[in-house]
Amino acid sequence: MVPLSWYLIFSAALFCIGLFGVLARRNAVAILMGVELMLNAVNVNLVAFWRYRTPDQIAGQAFAVIVFAVAAAEVAVGLALIISIYRRRNTVVADEIDLLKF
Amino acid sequence: MSAMQIVFILIAAATLGAAAMVVIARNMVHSALWLVATLFGVAVFYAILNAGFLAVAQVVIYIGAIAILMIFAIMLTRKVTGDMGPGLNPNWMWAALISAVMFGGIAWMLSSWQGFSSPLAALGSRDDSLQQLGMALVSPDYYVIPFEVASVLLLAALIGAIMVAWERK
Repeated sequence: MVPLSWYLIFSAALFCIGLFGVLARRNAVAILMGVELMLNAVNVNLVAFWRYRTPDQIAGQAFAVIVFAVAAAEVAVGLALIISIYRRRNTVVADEIDLLKF
Repeated sequence: MSAMQIVFILIAAATLGAAAMVVIARNMVHSALWLVATLFGVAVFYAILNAGFLAVAQVVIYIGAIAILMIFAIMLTRKVTGDMGPGLNPNWMWAALISAVMFGGIAWMLSSWQGFSSPLAALGSRDDSLQQLGMALVSPDYYVIPFEVASVLLLAALIGAIMVAWERK
């Protein structure tokens, strides 16, 4: 049987890989992918806690569903912003997007 | 070591390997495809954790919608000459250090928690968690307000995305 700790360590590792992606990638789309990895790590944690600690209450799964919705909203707006910036500046490299107004 | 543990280790290794490829692959399309593999591994974990609905939602929403949206965005924002320059910025060593320290900190903090190695709790007699989830999401005693707020958020994000990406003539 798999103890809860394995899920928590897995999810911590996934979160830190996502954090590395957010901090180190140059492409803005790749930064969004890192954010997706971090949100997935949080979801694994929520579901694991639900299953191991409080399987008679549904809070963990309900929270995970809300996180899904927030992730979908975030990625839609984020990609729209990136596409809009690409049209104006012709770049998606985060280092080169450093003007508030162009 | 039981069969379940071996399966867990195999899936975890595959998922984490795919996640690492997401952040280090230079070609953005490869990165997006590795993201699909990672999301699928997470869906398998949901299935193992008896959250069948979330596993299906993960495949439909994340792989079917978000990853495909990512691939569209990558294709729309590529330079004609292809991807140039390194995939990582010059400060990637610091990013790796911060991530490693973060992982160590989380692991240390969790290992000092007394519930760290809780065994699997028995599922109740009402083990139809999908019905329970559906009731909880629309019941005024539980989560109907977050549910409705999430739907308003999705609508706002939809309209906002259209407005932001609209090509003004």
